Amino acid sequence: MTTTSAETVIAPARARTAADSATVRRKQGFQHGGWFVAPFLLLFVLFVTWPLLRGVYLSFTDANIAGDTASFIGLDNYREALHDSMMWDSLGRSAYFTLLVVPCITVLAFLLAMLAHHIERGKWLWRLCFFMPFLLPSTVAGNLWQWLFNSGTGMVNYVFGLDTPWLTDKSYAMLAIVIETLWWTVGFAFLLYLAALQGIPGHLYEAAKLDGANAWHRMVHITLPMLRNITGLVVALQILASLQLFDQSVVMMDFGPGPENSTRSFVQYTLEEGFTSYRVGYASAISIIFFVIIAAVALARMWLLRNREEGAR
Amino acid sequence: MTTDAAQIRIKSRTRKAWTPSQIVLTLLGVAVSAVFLAPLAWALFTSLKSETEAVEVPPHWLPKEWTGQAWKALFETGNITDWFVNSLVVSVCVTSIVLTVSALAGYGFARTEFRGRNVLMGVVMAGLMVSPAVLGVPLFTTVQQMGMVDTYWGMILPQCAPAAMVYILYKFFQGIPKELEEAAFIDGAGRWRVFFTVVVPLARPSLAAVGIFTFIASWNNFLWPYMVTNNPDLMTMPNGIATVMNSYGIQWAQLMAGGLMAGLPLIVVFVFFQRQIVSGVAHTGLAGQ
Repeated sequence: MTTTSAETVIAPARARTAADSATVRRKQGFQHGGWFVAPFLLLFVLFVTWPLLRGVYLSFTDANIAGDTASFIGLDNYREALHDSMMWDSLGRSAYFTLLVVPCITVLAFLLAMLAHHIERGKWLWRLCFFMPFLLPSTVAGNLWQWLFNSGTGMVNYVFGLDTPWLTDKSYAMLAIVIETLWWTVGFAFLLYLAALQGIPGHLYEAAKLDGANAWHRMVHITLPMLRNITGLVVALQILASLQLFDQSVVMMDFGPGPENSTRSFVQYTLEEGFTSYRVGYASAISIIFFVIIAAVALARMWLLRNREEGAR
Repeated sequence: MTTDAAQIRIKSRTRKAWTPSQIVLTLLGVAVSAVFLAPLAWALFTSLKSETEAVEVPPHWLPKEWTGQAWKALFETGNITDWFVNSLVVSVCVTSIVLTVSALAGYGFARTEFRGRNVLMGVVMAGLMVSPAVLGVPLFTTVQQMGMVDTYWGMILPQCAPAAMVYILYKFFQGIPKELEEAAFIDGAGRWRVFFTVVVPLARPSLAAVGIFTFIASWNNFLWPYMVTNNPDLMTMPNGIATVMNSYGIQWAQLMAGGLMAGLPLIVVFVFFQRQIVSGVAHTGLAGQ
């Protein structure tokens, strides 16, 4: 439907000269777009820009949550943060979690998408099965796995005949959270891959078949190169999401820091400083440090992308 | 695009023979699905056990005695219906506001000219890196200053400025041929009219994808409502269920019933809209860019 109506609209425009359309563009507001952007910008300034600036300001004060008058203390918060081993530990933990989760999710999502794409029957059923966990709230997924990993009544140990203290031993706690995260979130990346697979033109494969390429060649020379952009997107989104680990770990550890503090993530530490210790100034300072780190990761990615594009040219 | 979709539909309707490779793939699919669904089946069976049976060691899959007591207790003791309504109000409001403002902004950035556009676009892109998880404490004190702690507005509005959605729609609008709009301008339509009668209908699949993902994210959002509400009457499903566990001790059968209740609406939505979701993702350029 949309295609036909679009074509009929295009036709008269093509008949006109280029000079005509330039005048039109100038006259008919391809200008004054400010009003389109204004509602979003209002919300954006109130709830993103302003809190960010406020965070920068608060990070130089000793503000507390009650809103008592804060006094300016310069760089003291940042100086303290540099020597705060709890902060560095929690930052390291979030980074470690990211390093474990991102490659696993990317590979797993790709394999699941290939599977769902190539089975000819019941496509909707595979999509539903692999995506369903992502539809659960993080708290529900967390509670469910907290219980599956329970060493006495839990199904994980029972099914695999293990006796592992998943949630009470520091060497297993983070692994348990990683497994839960894989199950819970792989569906989103799976769906992105599936959509990308469906977007690869079929004639590429047919041409390759005529040239005698086998399944392995077709995958290495067509599928994987065609999926390079989506892989970049999946990895970037997963890095940002994983660095912000919070929901899964606090729910599975009953809102605590895990055995011997082994699962306290960076976000959790920030919120503890802000809401439990009431140190808003300090919490803001470490939030800003975190923001800078995330921004650095994002900029590094953009820089790599640009270099790759130039290299390709 | 339309013809592609039609071809796919026809292809899936024609019955294909069971080749050996299809049999192997299907069996693999069944095995993987079983792994994915086992935790959910376990939750369902547990919710139908009595509390004492639920914590028996060793655990067993099926209830020896099937009972609906956990589900009944859930409705009698918790405020689960309140939480459900709260979740619905918050998610519907967030989704409508996000769709409106990000469609307008995406179009504004992609197709109009105004002073400072590029700078503003850069600022919005920087916003991709700011989330309640990154700047939770300053965001909370801001919302506190506005007097919106423990209110619906406090829960809704901070979720309504997602730079990511603006970016996705911006990319999509950039791909629409300019000639479409120019033709409408020549016919005398104004900027807003063109937006609503030409651009929005073209963007329907992308808007659907953005809307559904916003709804899922908002329905399942735990961190922000957790920070901004203390009043149990205002809690959303994920928060309410997380606190049930803290205040009553762990009642597993009831907790599993509550969890399934919280997950069910989205699962139903997905069952009905999955074709649109996948094609929407493909159309947004999310998959291709």
